[in-house]
Amino acid sequence: MKTLAKCALVLGLAAAMVSCRKKTSEVTGPPVGQPGKPIVIGALFAVTGPASFLGAPEKKTAEMIVDQINAAGGVNGRLIQLIVKDTGGSPEKCISFTRQLIDENKVCAIIGPSTSGETMGIKNICETAKVPLVSCAAAEVIVNPVAKYVFKTPQKDSQAATWIFRTMKTMGIKKIGIVSGNTGFGKAGKNQLEKLAPEMGIEVLASEVYDKRATDLTDVLAKLKAKNVQAVVNWSIVPAQSIVAKNMKQIGLNVPLFQSHGFGNIKYVEQAGEAAEGTLFPGGRLLVVGSLPNGHPQKAVLEAYKTEYEDRYHEAVSTFGGHAYDAINIVVNAIRKAGSDDRDKIRDAIENTKGFVGTGGVFNFSPEDHNGLTLDAFEMLTVKNGKFELYRP
Amino acid sequence: MSQIVQFFFSGLTLGSIYAVVALGFNLIYSTTGILNFAQGEFLMLGGMTAVTLARFTPIPVAVVGAVVIVTLCGGVLEILFFRRLRRPTVLQMIIITIGLSIVIREVALHVWDEKVRSLSYFTGNECSSVRVLGAGISPQVFWVLGTVALVVLLLHLFLHRSLVGRAMRACASNPEAAMLAGINTGRMRTLAFMLSAGIGALGGCVISPITMTQYDSGAGLAIKGFAAAMLGGLGRPMPGVLGGLLVGLAEAFSVYFGMPAAYKDATAFGILVAVLFVRPQGLFSSGELQAGAQER
Repeated sequence: MKTLAKCALVLGLAAAMVSCRKKTSEVTGPPVGQPGKPIVIGALFAVTGPASFLGAPEKKTAEMIVDQINAAGGVNGRLIQLIVKDTGGSPEKCISFTRQLIDENKVCAIIGPSTSGETMGIKNICETAKVPLVSCAAAEVIVNPVAKYVFKTPQKDSQAATWIFRTMKTMGIKKIGIVSGNTGFGKAGKNQLEKLAPEMGIEVLASEVYDKRATDLTDVLAKLKAKNVQAVVNWSIVPAQSIVAKNMKQIGLNVPLFQSHGFGNIKYVEQAGEAAEGTLFPGGRLLVVGSLPNGHPQKAVLEAYKTEYEDRYHEAVSTFGGHAYDAINIVVNAIRKAGSDDRDKIRDAIENTKGFVGTGGVFNFSPEDHNGLTLDAFEMLTVKNGKFELYRP
Repeated sequence: MSQIVQFFFSGLTLGSIYAVVALGFNLIYSTTGILNFAQGEFLMLGGMTAVTLARFTPIPVAVVGAVVIVTLCGGVLEILFFRRLRRPTVLQMIIITIGLSIVIREVALHVWDEKVRSLSYFTGNECSSVRVLGAGISPQVFWVLGTVALVVLLLHLFLHRSLVGRAMRACASNPEAAMLAGINTGRMRTLAFMLSAGIGALGGCVISPITMTQYDSGAGLAIKGFAAAMLGGLGRPMPGVLGGLLVGLAEAFSVYFGMPAAYKDATAFGILVAVLFVRPQGLFSSGELQAGAQER
């Protein structure tokens, strides 16, 4: 019995150890109390933890943009102060940081969070507190049903799923297997895929969910292999995206691999190495800016962002940093248009944003559409020689 | 048939990873009575150090370098944090290891960053696969299995054939008698920490191409390794390895039999809880060692 008690204690401690992580907060911009009170914007990004491939470039981008705006004299004669909280990708932490940003820091708007699960956790909080939230997460449920104060910049997962199924049709693929991570993004994507597949005439033979911290997926993929799927769709944001690609090749499941728009960070390709070759995924044009025709409406914006980011941080741009670029710019433009940092005026200005050219596409918000992007914000991309390229069937 | 082989190897891969962690757990536990919850961090440190060194040197050199560095780290940590404790209780020391694991993780976050990295495959590349009875297996899996087997063998020889190894086992079975026989128990403890840090680092290197390494990848490993060590019987290195393989196989086959993969962990902990109730001394333990540990 004594041993039992000891073991129980140790297990408890172990659980505490896992949940115990750090708390960070970084401020960009002038300190509070300087003449001409700064406009305070909050940011929630998963800078560390399993979603750090999203949060880290998002934080860097937002800080870069705020520095640029402040260097140019700020907005409406006032400087911007950006308070970035590192959520570590945890919805629980995200909720408490949100309360802190709203109640203590009195922010006028929040950008982020990085992941869909976190965003869904704070959707109602922002709605009740009447604080505009521009999320950098992709799941459609964030803006459908529409919440008055909640917006998002990444393309919707339903649009991504539609692109994937369209491409499958041109390739003659009819029977597929789905694997997804057990995150908010993974779950939302799985639901969209399963809902849209029958409409597109595609049969889902197996749909498996894996842990977001999974390190080996050969077991899940072996199940799909036994069902003789013609293609695999993986829907997650975590590094498991690279593991899926590697494990498929290793167990000899040589069918096309489709990933979600969460694959848009070249680091996933680097981790999967040769196994990533030929992977197909819908993505924004930021990743293939070099192959865009001159005169494309987005080309100038994308090139400028890419150059500035890569010069400053010496790493390749990713889709995710682009989502933060769009979010912070939409908020700042709204503040400029509203002429104040009143939360409701900012909200109205965001909703009335039309024709904003961002990295994700050309945004046209409306009271019914808080994403503002259409299907053509996506391109089908593929991996060739370790680089992203436009997919041409 | 080929599907079962596939699942078997999947389980073996996971299991051998847990076995490496369990080995380190048991080594320290058996000589000191401490459950070292920073064991997973040794794997992470090993992997990260090797990835960094591999930028300048060939992989074998990087792996050896990482093992040496982390072994030294293990020794330094023991000397800094445990050597000077006055009449420490086991519980105090366990809590110190938990604190250490958090500190190491944070230090790693600042030394490296939040990004995932990995060593390149020792043989072949990401796409290489060896065919066994119709199942495809990455050559790296054989590296992991081979390394675990080799470490187990060497450790066994060390503990049973060498004087120092026997002295360590003496500390395990009765520290006071060992002290009376002229064994420096403090030094043995340092050695145990160094050995398990080294083994952890080596494990961290060989699994890095499969699992990838990140500053916080140690915690999850430590928990699974702990489950494996408990399953085999705490304090006994060899049964701990068996425990690890069992946990891995149970996880893989739970997926085969239709458990959602996301709940794989539940299988492992279900087994652990069951074992704690039915055979708290572990599946393969005779109970002697446990009694020895109790007296401390």
